Amino acid sequence: MNVGLFIPCYIDQFYPNAAIATLNLLSGLGITVKYPVNQTCCGQPMANSGFEHLTQGCNDLFIDNFAEFDYIVSPSGSCVLHIKDHLHSPKEEDKALGIRKKVYELTEFLTDVLKVEKLSARFPHKVGVHQSCHGQRGLMLAQMSELVDAPFSKPLHLLKMVEGLELVELSRPDECCGFGGTFCVAEEAVSVKMGKDRVADHVNHGAEYITAADMSCLMHMEGILRRQNSNVKVLHIAEILSAQ
Amino acid sequence: MSSGTKDHAALSDIFNKDEARVDWHDETLWFVRAKRDKAAHNIPEWEALREAASQIKNNVLSNLHNYLIEFEEQAQKNGVTVHWAADAAEHNQIVHSILKEHNVNRLIKSKSMLTEECHLNEYLKQNDIEVIDTDLGERIVQLAQEPPSHIVLPCIHKKKEEIGELFHEHLGTPEGMSDPVFLTAAAREHLRETFLTRKAAITGVNFAVAETGEFVVCTNEGNADMGAHLADVHIACMGIEKIIPKRKNLGVFLRLLTRSATGQPITTYSSHFKKPRPGQQMHIVLVDNGRTTQLSRPDFRNSLKCIRCAACMNTCPVYRRSGGHSYHTAVAGPIGSILAPNLDMKEYSDLPFASTLCGSCSNVCPVKINIHEQLYKWRQVIVKEGYADPTKKLAMKAMEFTLSSPFVYKNAGKVGRWFMKHAPFTVNNKLNLWYQHREMPEVPKESFGEWYKKNKKND
Repeated sequence: MNVGLFIPCYIDQFYPNAAIATLNLLSGLGITVKYPVNQTCCGQPMANSGFEHLTQGCNDLFIDNFAEFDYIVSPSGSCVLHIKDHLHSPKEEDKALGIRKKVYELTEFLTDVLKVEKLSARFPHKVGVHQSCHGQRGLMLAQMSELVDAPFSKPLHLLKMVEGLELVELSRPDECCGFGGTFCVAEEAVSVKMGKDRVADHVNHGAEYITAADMSCLMHMEGILRRQNSNVKVLHIAEILSAQ
Repeated sequence: MSSGTKDHAALSDIFNKDEARVDWHDETLWFVRAKRDKAAHNIPEWEALREAASQIKNNVLSNLHNYLIEFEEQAQKNGVTVHWAADAAEHNQIVHSILKEHNVNRLIKSKSMLTEECHLNEYLKQNDIEVIDTDLGERIVQLAQEPPSHIVLPCIHKKKEEIGELFHEHLGTPEGMSDPVFLTAAAREHLRETFLTRKAAITGVNFAVAETGEFVVCTNEGNADMGAHLADVHIACMGIEKIIPKRKNLGVFLRLLTRSATGQPITTYSSHFKKPRPGQQMHIVLVDNGRTTQLSRPDFRNSLKCIRCAACMNTCPVYRRSGGHSYHTAVAGPIGSILAPNLDMKEYSDLPFASTLCGSCSNVCPVKINIHEQLYKWRQVIVKEGYADPTKKLAMKAMEFTLSSPFVYKNAGKVGRWFMKHAPFTVNNKLNLWYQHREMPEVPKESFGEWYKKNKKND
């Protein structure tokens, strides 16, 4: 199995530990992972701001970097969703379509492709899970509270394999944190208020850590927690699933 | 209705100055969303119902011309006068001309978002005709001289104490009285007199049935019925997308509408109006006002499936924390944000950006409108049509330049991280909107790319 690791730009620059944990987690499961060093960004920040027409450079680069792999795995539901929905190439549309079908968010790759049933991780802490919207509602990593359908959750399925980990229940299990890409500065007041409310739900239920399959939501919530001088920390799910 | 030059972000900023009030607004609407969830989860076939409703509405939109003509024929056979209005101005003129014909200078109106969209109240006022809204929430915002902030719960932004003050001022209730039962009784008394003395009544339309020419009006207060039954002239105003093919389709829509809206199984009154009673005149005004333009936009046509339940507003985390007035349009929230740019792209260019694209709106929508995908698509249209903020354009160009080249990206990352680490004042300042209420991420000693090069490249 030839797996390419897609590390979104902001994880590369600000959260290398989430990327290293992803790499270690996959390697630990016996998967050979290659990181194409010339990757940059999926183009989502521009596209969600209405500038999808400026993303061809990113698209072409993505295709050059990742077309060769059987699977492309990334520790970010949001960036994966963007690729799945919007990767196009006037020159190589077949390659673009191929990538859209073989790109996976980390927890869905572990659950659906590797069918992981056991992990040797240990994390003896109270953890609140933030269901990032693009992962949950876009990639359907977990059942959505709005729909009348059977419950499931790929991230929770994996977290339950971690020794010592205690999940905390939330009042609103899948409300958006308010990051929203450029929304976080364009609509600063609402974004911050949403973030404060989301963080409070975790803190009030005794979480020591907030985790998610999307680092961008965590970056936003971390910014708020640190401004509040809170002891509660954020950790990408890969860091917990590979914690010893 | 006018918000001056302030956009959604600026108006939300003002709304958020009072955090306790934002909490109250959020909790109130979340309570409605929770009631909706409970009602939906009591119907095992809920998702199948949504799918059925969606398909019926798709059929309607694809055959709208036929259904409208069928509806007109049937309604005329029933003795109803049918009018066609191309836009808001024509709608208002038609209503005015009917009133003039009957020498009516004061009337009552039950809830109709279409008349809000057309600004009928203001128009009639300018023509010296008094309108009294009979829906309690609408009456409250009318007394406050405000537009509704929500299409189902028009005065949801007002606390009961504020309503008490308004009633004290306008209806003479005791000062400081804010008991909802007392205030409702006072409103009832005030409206009862109005019902008995007005000769013309305007109602909205929830569903118009093509096969029978009848229309259905849903209210919880019975105010549409009381108005229409007591008046000599009943004028029903509807957008052309309110058509459904057959009466039996109501079995789908009436089950979905109120469960989605408030969590009730059905509205207290779902009244069918088919023909005028002897001596009464009944008029229906069919209004386009941009709907056929929207129908011609492949990406946005299915926004016309909307049955105005407001579930998307109640669930929207942005709406709950910015309030309906921040959308500066008659229909607020996610659905309003995909409808309004069709009416005036420049005026409403901010609305598709007033969302995190979380997708909850599309999930609660009883007719399965892909609202969040349309928000994304409107953003692309608005930028292409030249309505984007010029500073944003520059930032995006810079981003394109940086992210299209691995070399530029790596160096920009290195430089950016160096500045954050060694000259934090360059980012931790008032000009950085992130930093106002959030800390910047801590700067790692190296990027993942740099780490990989050192540790893994030659594995």
